[in-house]
Amino acid sequence: MNTAVLDRPRSFWPALTRDPLMFTGLALLVALVGLAMLAPLITWHDPATLAPRMRLKPVSLEYLLGTDSLGRDLFSRVLYGGRLSITLAALVSVISVCAGLLLGLLAGYFRRLDAVVMRIIDGIMAIPGLLLAIAMVALGGATIPTMVTAIAIPEIPRVARLVRSVVLSVREEPYVEASLGMGTPTWRVLWRHVLPSTINPLVVQATFICASAILIEAVLGFLGLGFPPEIPSLGSIISEGRAFFQRAPWIVLFPGVFLALLILSVNLFGDALRDRLDPRMARQRKG
Amino acid sequence: MSSTPILEIRDLKVRLPGAGDRRYAAEGIALTVNPREIVCIVGESGSGKSVTASAVMGLLPKNALTLESGQILLSGRDITHASLAELRALRGDRMAMIFQEPMTALNPLMQVGDQIAEIFQFHGPSLSRREVDQRVLALLADMRLPSPETLRHAFPHQLSGGQRQRVMIAMALAMEPALIIADEPTTALDVTSQAQVLRLLHGLRERHDTGILFITHDFDVVAEIADRVIVMQHGRIVETGAADEVLANPQHPYTRKLIDAVPRGQFGAGAPLPDSDPVISVENLGMRFVTSSLLRAKRREVNALDGVSLSLARGETLGIVGESGSGKTTLGRCLAHFARPTSGRIVMNGEDVSHLSRAAWRQWCKRIQMVFQDPYRSFNPRLTIEATLSEGPLNYGEDPARVQARMRDMLALVSIDDSALKRYPHEFSGGQRQRISIARALMMEPEILIADEAVSALDVSVQAQILDLLERIRAQLNLSMIFITHDLRVAARLCHRIAVMQRGRVMEIGPAEQIFTRPGSAYTQELLAAIPGKEGLGSRCAPGLALAGA
Repeated sequence: MNTAVLDRPRSFWPALTRDPLMFTGLALLVALVGLAMLAPLITWHDPATLAPRMRLKPVSLEYLLGTDSLGRDLFSRVLYGGRLSITLAALVSVISVCAGLLLGLLAGYFRRLDAVVMRIIDGIMAIPGLLLAIAMVALGGATIPTMVTAIAIPEIPRVARLVRSVVLSVREEPYVEASLGMGTPTWRVLWRHVLPSTINPLVVQATFICASAILIEAVLGFLGLGFPPEIPSLGSIISEGRAFFQRAPWIVLFPGVFLALLILSVNLFGDALRDRLDPRMARQRKG
Repeated sequence: MSSTPILEIRDLKVRLPGAGDRRYAAEGIALTVNPREIVCIVGESGSGKSVTASAVMGLLPKNALTLESGQILLSGRDITHASLAELRALRGDRMAMIFQEPMTALNPLMQVGDQIAEIFQFHGPSLSRREVDQRVLALLADMRLPSPETLRHAFPHQLSGGQRQRVMIAMALAMEPALIIADEPTTALDVTSQAQVLRLLHGLRERHDTGILFITHDFDVVAEIADRVIVMQHGRIVETGAADEVLANPQHPYTRKLIDAVPRGQFGAGAPLPDSDPVISVENLGMRFVTSSLLRAKRREVNALDGVSLSLARGETLGIVGESGSGKTTLGRCLAHFARPTSGRIVMNGEDVSHLSRAAWRQWCKRIQMVFQDPYRSFNPRLTIEATLSEGPLNYGEDPARVQARMRDMLALVSIDDSALKRYPHEFSGGQRQRISIARALMMEPEILIADEAVSALDVSVQAQILDLLERIRAQLNLSMIFITHDLRVAARLCHRIAVMQRGRVMEIGPAEQIFTRPGSAYTQELLAAIPGKEGLGSRCAPGLALAGA
């Protein structure tokens, strides 16, 4: 009875307006992503052009967020940096979710594969994510493919475990057995009956991966292991601004605020999404 | 009987939320329970019987149901609007509740003895540890639980369903409450455990002057223990009276319908068919599970099936009856190729199919289809009925137009409207889903239908309809059917032959009538004796006499 109520398709928009947290998160996210993605249209200074005479200028109409120690416009640097972070985070989410989904499906459904796949997953989990990223960037250089792979790999185990746990419970459902009993090939059972149940938790997980990928990219940039200096990244801007913190605090402040708001909005949205989509949370809220 | 009743409910109205088809979950409920009296509330799901019980305990779900008017008096004291603290003091002490599913009502992480002791500690903090211990032991012994001294250190999962329910009853009785509310306490139990629990409750009210409000959907249980009966339908009381009178001479048409729906002594299927042309036969089938644990060197072997041999003739219905753990479900799963037997053969068309790979089995699986127990979980909630029904035939590359036509035929056969095709499973009731489930199995045009407890999750009257439907379809399509059930009454109604299973073995197999009238094995006799209310319904003697020997 209960599941019947839960599985009924829910309309999205009324829910959004009723949930202020979700609304705030989504609105903030759309605004920040919009700003970052439209950076080339919005900004009027090139983020990489040096202007030594204009170094360390405070906030003004010409330089909305001031300039850094080499006279580059901070407004365009923050937006371009944000654009890079968001693109990277999106790629990381897609790749880690796809890989994790595949591994989780296989491990959860085929009991023999389970032992092997999950031990590999355990192995990956034993490596600290940040260290792996530092090592891979040091070896492979700071290119987008290396960065994405380096950040995605440590996320895969989490996705795989999540998917596996869902698959383990769904494969015992009588409707899966009924389908098998009607001669449905295994791959089609997976596609039709098992995969759809994993989508909701995956969407939620993807938002959290996004947030963590943005953060890791910033950390790498801050440590000087990110992209080369001419490519602006939130982490490297903050790192460079550190030396001038007392004279020009805005160099650290604005990218930091942008980063914080970005992660906050993604997490707010993800949290609210989980409350809506995760049946267990929904049941708790219903009481 | 004393003059003040233990429980008196006056004109109770419980309001349902929103503007549904019904405004009240329970309306105009008036009843009394006297000391040493068992009052049964009978009704189908949605009749408001559980709501009434929850209202008495003050356990109505806060946001969903509201007690609109009426009075609840416990031993003359009005508790309708008692505060939470007052109710907490009353619960367990003056009134106690026994729930349907003892596994979820007990704390899985606490020894059962401690859970019982907790009640003494809460309601009588002055008792010393030793006194509490003694009382716990006395209670467990009172419940006729074996070796209370060791049993009280057991965790709930180590007990059987019947034992757990008896622990629950022990908890309910700890403070010798004046009123016990039992909400379907035996529905989740095997027949033999059910008989024990009923006997126990019956004995208790004799010894403790307790009044019992017993909620059930099963008229046989009513016949077994009730002093008075209250029949509820759609939130209202439709009939009330002394148990013997209501059972022997029901006044309201709904009561009559419920009583008629109880399967009893009808051998619907007639004489067994000649055994010459078996569609499937099982030879010496065995299924062995080996459990090993890290800490224990000793391996435990469990024989879920142990040398089972059976055969099923064309057009025959074979009932497989047994309690939980008897291997009946495992047998069904082996036949449908969901489980692989560890020894023995399953022969179809002269070929051993027991060890075919899944790919090879695909050639055969059209012939043998299953109807599952739980109508709520056997459909993918995300797919329309159309997608669910057409899945099987489309797997075999059948023409979509033909499949479409057959879907309509099959739905008509199970009396479901065509419009169902575009709808989702949650839009149907349990009985309707079970019909659709049968239609899904028939879509494959099988020779054999395996129904695993296919009616046990349904209300009695719906149960009767589904049984009739299965019988009609079997005759119409000349199907063979294996009907797995724990309920001998249901098996008798539908099956030509019945196989009684215990601990993985077939104890007895024979024509349905013979199993009932001349049971060959002691275990079958035990099962038959455990069926509640055999003496009831018309030929009932004085209440309680049937239990005198217990």
